[in-house]
Amino acid sequence: MALSELPKLDTTLDVSVSAAGRLAAIAAGEAVQTELHDDLRRETAVVDVRGFNLWYGPKQALFEIHMPIPKGRITALVGPSGCGKSTLLRSINRINDLVDTVRTTGDILLNGESIFAPHVDVIDLRKRMGMVFQKPNPFPMSVYENVVYPLRIDGVRDRAVLDEACERSLRGAALWDEVKDRLHDSAMGLSGGQQQRLCIARAIAAEPEVLLMDEPCSALDPIATNKIEELMEGLRGEYTIVIVTHNMQQAARTSDYTAFMYLGRLIEYGSTATIFQQPHLPETLAYVTGRFG
Amino acid sequence: MSHGVPRRDRLRTRRSAVEALRARGEPALWLTGGALLLALGMIVGLIALLMVGGLSTLWPRPVVRIRCQDGRVLMGEIARRETARGPDGRLVRRRLVRIGNFELTHEHFAWVADHEVAAEDCPPEAMVLERVAWGRFYGLPRALVAGGRIIATNAAEIRAAWPSIHPEVVARRRRRERIETVEIGEVNRRLEAARLRARTAELVAGRDSERYAIARREAEQVEQRTAEEFARLRAEIESLNAHNAQFHLDVVTADGREARLMLADIVRMVPANALSRAERWAVYGSRWWEFISDVPREANSEGGVFPAMFGTVVMTLLMSLAVVPIGVMAALYLREYAKPGPWVSVVRVSINNLAGVPSIVFGVFGLGFFCYMVGATIDELLFAARLPNPTFGKGGILWASLTLAVMTLPVVIVATEEALAAVPNSMREGSFACGAGKWQTLRRIVLPRALPGILTGMILAMARGAGEVAPLMLVGAVKLAPELPVDRVPPFIHPERSFMHLGFHIYDLGFQSQNSEAAKPMVFTTALLLVTIIVLLNLLAIAIRNHLRRKHRSDVF
Ligand SMILES: Nc1ncnc2c1ncn2[C@@H]1O[C@H](COP(=O)(O)OP(=O)(O)OP(=O)(O)O)[C@@H](O)[C@H]1O
Ligand SMILES: [Mg+2]
Repeated sequence: MALSELPKLDTTLDVSVSAAGRLAAIAAGEAVQTELHDDLRRETAVVDVRGFNLWYGPKQALFEIHMPIPKGRITALVGPSGCGKSTLLRSINRINDLVDTVRTTGDILLNGESIFAPHVDVIDLRKRMGMVFQKPNPFPMSVYENVVYPLRIDGVRDRAVLDEACERSLRGAALWDEVKDRLHDSAMGLSGGQQQRLCIARAIAAEPEVLLMDEPCSALDPIATNKIEELMEGLRGEYTIVIVTHNMQQAARTSDYTAFMYLGRLIEYGSTATIFQQPHLPETLAYVTGRFG
Repeated sequence: MSHGVPRRDRLRTRRSAVEALRARGEPALWLTGGALLLALGMIVGLIALLMVGGLSTLWPRPVVRIRCQDGRVLMGEIARRETARGPDGRLVRRRLVRIGNFELTHEHFAWVADHEVAAEDCPPEAMVLERVAWGRFYGLPRALVAGGRIIATNAAEIRAAWPSIHPEVVARRRRRERIETVEIGEVNRRLEAARLRARTAELVAGRDSERYAIARREAEQVEQRTAEEFARLRAEIESLNAHNAQFHLDVVTADGREARLMLADIVRMVPANALSRAERWAVYGSRWWEFISDVPREANSEGGVFPAMFGTVVMTLLMSLAVVPIGVMAALYLREYAKPGPWVSVVRVSINNLAGVPSIVFGVFGLGFFCYMVGATIDELLFAARLPNPTFGKGGILWASLTLAVMTLPVVIVATEEALAAVPNSMREGSFACGAGKWQTLRRIVLPRALPGILTGMILAMARGAGEVAPLMLVGAVKLAPELPVDRVPPFIHPERSFMHLGFHIYDLGFQSQNSEAAKPMVFTTALLLVTIIVLLNLLAIAIRNHLRRKHRSDVF
């Protein structure tokens, strides 16, 4: 196959021939072995994706993903647009179940238990994972009610418990000082960046084990982005965070581990330092240095 | 100096007129603008017609006295003018005079051609007397008799004495009417209830049973007791009548005939030619107040439309109460639970088509289903003792509301579906990601967000339902309902009662009235009132909707 036919591959750049050959093989539909770094094997995986495939109707979006996600670390998912990062993230808390056409094979383990096992309560599973979406999606209710929503649906009525959770989460999301005087105003009146931090507060209100963040900063200005990065810094160690991002600097700054995906495959996965400085595969280097995609 | 520049790269300076027109589309502009103007013109025209016709009806007009060349003398208000072809083929201008005095003239109106008129004037002492029965009376007052004594003998004195005498006479008449309708009705109800108990006992336990005997005896006792009460009430009525008989107004008509009008029968005395501007407005206001607060008289062509207004509002609210929950739930199922597919599409198309079914068909359905099936079954199960008189097995406000609810169901379902579809999926996903279940997500996130849209559906349904007449004629709207569907008689709400409705009232005034000339202007007034009520109901709903919208409007993006 000619190089010019490859999607998202800039032929004028000095991508090495071996990398181009490998990507061409992927584009042609071949399976590839994930380059999984050894340092990951020393971590305990809280979420473990095993041989996972996913189809939207007839179209396959994920191919044989093997991906242990280490406990208490920040893992960044990078890759060109449409490579399946959101799909993988949404599979972890089974939000993709809501899409009628989705079909999967393989397995995802949470603390060693399959999340797809028939006896698993999806609602309980989702309660153990917080999720922040690409676009802020606050609910049409007050700031306060937004934050305590996960507790409300659990039937928590105790005002003191709710107040405590609200303040703790808002402080965690670096939003408390900005909204403490307008807790009972509509959340729709907040700015975009505040709304996104509100969604983060909501995601951590029920103290989940895993925090899934899908491009949380894509709609935000640099200041708000900064705040959210600081907040991830603050949450490090406490939570296991998976963050999807298109911003390489952000991935390099914030994450402990980085996974590079391409066309539904996990290409290379290892500690952020290695991935950004001396990745094992030339195509990873090409991507993280901005030479394609 | 443009040798080197290729022709097509030069700026074009002029186009042909046709080309320019086609490119810029002026004809389309004129066409679309004209269509809008036409639509606006029709709406404005409609409202203007209603306003002019509706607002002028109750305005007090001067009373004209006309002497004809043949010696006839007429007195009354000019209703309208026209140019018509006379019997000899020539065009004549003529006027329709409301002459009233029906018991003397046997006519409410008379035509007078301009060439017949010998003399005409507006006598300052002429009075318009609006009466409880027989329509208006036009005459010149001669004497006011109160308590058997003549207390005034000319127009000015009579006008001066009127406010101190007339109200107390009216109060006595109202008291008598109250006794006749409410108090006697109340006694009747007790009697009827006792008889019903006896009849129920007979039906349940049999003629020879102890229970029937006891109930019979009780009923007889009640009968005795009520007979005494009837006598007492009748005596009170007699005494009120006797008292009021001492109050009357002696009047002479324009053609010299004398008449005696009982004060109790007079609703309002208007010295139409001697009113100051303020008095004119006062009369106008009092007529409007009577119009919206009183019951109709004279086959609906006079008096008020309060029962019809009340019926319209109650029916519309009942209808909304029935249609909104059902419509919203149906839409929720269709949009949120049902798996999209051919089956759902078929259902959706059917619902949309239901909106196009003529309303009279729904009336037929309501009559057949609600009145004859559901109502008759209820009667058999719960009101067997009253049979063969139907209780629920006939038209009534409940069945009318439900019929209109069925009719407006598609509107609510479609609007709700649209509102639900407009709730961004990201919100649902956000809720699910928090660990909410389907119903929690619907109740806490989707429904509140869709509420303004749902209310829009309700507004549309109300607007359609409140103005509907055809189906109502089959399922319970009547020309004259003796009682309101909500009153002070337990159980206070009477869903089985037939009711009056402004839309039907308009139809009745316009087409069924014997005194059609007097009724026609009321058509406009009533139509104006109906439109006003619908607008008010809608404004209320819109205000609620906007309040909800404001609460959660997004200021970002
Ligand atoms: N609901 C869906 N139905 C069908 N195809 C889908 C659906 N969602 C995603 N896809 C497809 O699956 C593939 C992966 O999509 P995904 O959203 O996971 O990409 P992504 O890596 O998150 O991209 P981006 O960086 O642009 O967000 C894409 O080709 C997309 O077209
Ligand atoms: Mg994405």
